[in-house]
Amino acid sequence: MKTHQFEVIVVGAGGAGLMAGLYASKTAKTAVISKLYPTRSHTGAAQGGIGAALGNEEEDRTEWHTYDTVKGSDYLGDQDAIEFMCEEAPGIVYELEHMGLPFSRTAEGRIAQRPFGGHTNNETGVPVRRACYAADRTGHMILQTLYQQCVKNNVTFFDEFQVLDMIVVNGKAAGVVTIELATGELHVFHAKAVIFATGGYGRVWEITTNAYANTGDGIAITLRHGIPAEDMEFFQFHPTGIYKMGILITEGVRGEGGVLINDKGERFMAKEEYAPHVKDLASRDVVSRAMYLEMKNGLGIGGKRYLYLDVRPETVNKYAALDGRTNPDGTPYTVTADDILSRLPDIIDFCKTYLGVDPVVDPMPVQPTAHYAMGGIPTNVKGEVVIDKKNTVMPGVYAAGETSCVSVHGSNRLGTNSLLDLVVFGKQAGVNAAEYARGTDFQPLPADPAGPAREQLARLRNSSGAERISTIGTEMKAVMFDHVGVFRTEAGMTEAVEKIRELKERFKHIRLDDRGTVFNMELLNAWELGNLLDIAEVTAVSALTRRESRGAHARDDYPERNDKKWMKHTLAWLQEDGVKLDYKPVTFTKYEPKVRVY
Amino acid sequence: MQVTLKIFRYDPEKDKKPHYDAFKMEAEPTDRVLDLLEKAKGYQDGTISFRRSCAHGVCGSDAMRINGMNRLACKTLVQDLGVNKITVEPILGLPILKDLIVDMEPFFDNYRAVTPYFINDEPAPAKERLQSPEDRERFDDTTKCILCGACTTSCPSFWANDQYLGPSAIVNAHRFIFDSRDKGAAERLAVLNDLFGVYRCHTIFNCTLACPREIQITQAIGEVKKAIATGKLD
Repeated sequence: MKTHQFEVIVVGAGGAGLMAGLYASKTAKTAVISKLYPTRSHTGAAQGGIGAALGNEEEDRTEWHTYDTVKGSDYLGDQDAIEFMCEEAPGIVYELEHMGLPFSRTAEGRIAQRPFGGHTNNETGVPVRRACYAADRTGHMILQTLYQQCVKNNVTFFDEFQVLDMIVVNGKAAGVVTIELATGELHVFHAKAVIFATGGYGRVWEITTNAYANTGDGIAITLRHGIPAEDMEFFQFHPTGIYKMGILITEGVRGEGGVLINDKGERFMAKEEYAPHVKDLASRDVVSRAMYLEMKNGLGIGGKRYLYLDVRPETVNKYAALDGRTNPDGTPYTVTADDILSRLPDIIDFCKTYLGVDPVVDPMPVQPTAHYAMGGIPTNVKGEVVIDKKNTVMPGVYAAGETSCVSVHGSNRLGTNSLLDLVVFGKQAGVNAAEYARGTDFQPLPADPAGPAREQLARLRNSSGAERISTIGTEMKAVMFDHVGVFRTEAGMTEAVEKIRELKERFKHIRLDDRGTVFNMELLNAWELGNLLDIAEVTAVSALTRRESRGAHARDDYPERNDKKWMKHTLAWLQEDGVKLDYKPVTFTKYEPKVRVY
Repeated sequence: MQVTLKIFRYDPEKDKKPHYDAFKMEAEPTDRVLDLLEKAKGYQDGTISFRRSCAHGVCGSDAMRINGMNRLACKTLVQDLGVNKITVEPILGLPILKDLIVDMEPFFDNYRAVTPYFINDEPAPAKERLQSPEDRERFDDTTKCILCGACTTSCPSFWANDQYLGPSAIVNAHRFIFDSRDKGAAERLAVLNDLFGVYRCHTIFNCTLACPREIQITQAIGEVKKAIATGKLD
């Protein structure tokens, strides 16, 4: 076992972790630990854009971005946090540009912006160009740019180190325990402050846009330390994943004028019961539900579980004309095949590779796919982790990015707000953790800080049952996709909770083939599955208990939002005998809850 | 269809030298090679070790030799290979650590050597630095790099001498050299105008064929060579 000492430890090296590392390392001795090489992080898969009211293409205002985000959250987002994020947005996008991020450009040489779901001109209700983009690889550019800046600034990295545990002494952070994948050796990182930037947990579901690495490690670790997880029932299903594979097709496709089409050839989002005003550019929860209902009504393509996303120029131009869509200069909006190619090159590549479909010639078969965790480790706007309904801060523990719940997304996140969340709150966590570290001493390390992690690994390694982790994982993903997915019912979720508990029991009787120490990826995968099972249980119980429909949490049996009873954040604690729930109030500033219509 | 997946195996804790294991399985023509690896690992032999994450060709974790060609396992479908016998081996020119996992550090050392970051010490404006769409397009191709290493480890010059910076490092230098906002071109061109810089490239085109992002790598290297020779960036 090796021991290192840093003032600030950042766990995770996606957008939030790199931003936190960049800022913390300016004033504190900092290391970034990541189970992947930093540039492998899932931020790199984000496509469409980062939201900021720059007004480069047409009039836009920060207050509109704020209101759209509040509305998108179905009023569950904390309004002080949303105001903060949207006000920070223009400045932080310029900061990224100054770091060299190669945004696409307008004719005047400014950062190009495109429409995205739920982002509107609040006066006209028409979609507004707010998503700052770099073709359809905005996340890739953010991840690369931030890593480049870390190289420039000599940020210390421990690549391919898997975090296993947090060390807590006197109720404060004292460091983390990790395993070096190349050697299997445990490393203790003694620290004053720990920032979790460990990303999402979409691997709980069968069809997902998420990477294999998205196993919610930070949430699982904090749950095991008695820290609650907030609003876990709210998990976003992105409307457009490649059929059967779940690979993300950016909302930017619809931003460029693409439309969803059912088996009858109808552009169904325009129906009165869905989103007659903004149609295909409604919020993601609304679109995913509409797709689900279309398929349920037998209007999936050929009666199957998919619909078409059509971005062929003739289709785009037809519906743009019907909608009266115009360019910023007032001329009618039209596109050519070359425009589509230049704005959505990666989407076209994915479709050709995985479907043999060229989207300029044929429509893309798509289905809703598990995408983004609105919930996570509860934090305040400073990135500090808060552990109860009174928002009591746990000293030295921070979280940022998808793993956290500030909450800026409430029950449904708007597209482009995840990349914004990463950089805004990654920076906050980095700055504030470093400042905290300056004013505090190291907590003494316990006698055997790696003890619990070592025991946990030993249990997995030495377990001599007959269960394969791949079988348990497959069963978990299936039951969660079927019953804790786009639409939910009491019976389905009850079944899911029972099934997850059964799987947790069976997980105690696994058998691993790999007994080695060098790159024992099977051991790592088993540990990750343990995290996913804990998170699945917390998610299913939180969802089962919330008897209303709000944002991404849609129930057949309670179809209405119920502000009287449920305008509150869920806090879930993982205990030996199950999940304990409590609730905390939503923060309001000036936006009164209204019925949500798009 | 029935396929046989033959996997290069080497466990430094057990094996004196590498060997191959073959796994038979049912596969769909549209399965990714990564899906087959996951199936073999998940249901037949949990010791098979490889890196992977995004599973759709954007994170760069799973570059490997598939039937002799450098490819991403998640971006190669069974039907792309046209045969039902599939051999997967680690990429060449980097030390093998276990099975398909190689030591990427020498690769990243080369990346870091070309100052792969934006350099412009002039005070930034209040808003964005302006850049015309044409100037932005000038380096678009090389912004696509995901650092998977497929190009560098397909290059005979790199196999012959790993001091050669390799195509990927040059691609990442190109991305900044031709960015109209960047002021570090001279510094980078000096690094590349070296015995182990661009002149080790003998335009074999393996890199261009290997790139899963379809970056025109040989062309980018040629543009850097020309910039060194002429002292001009155009």
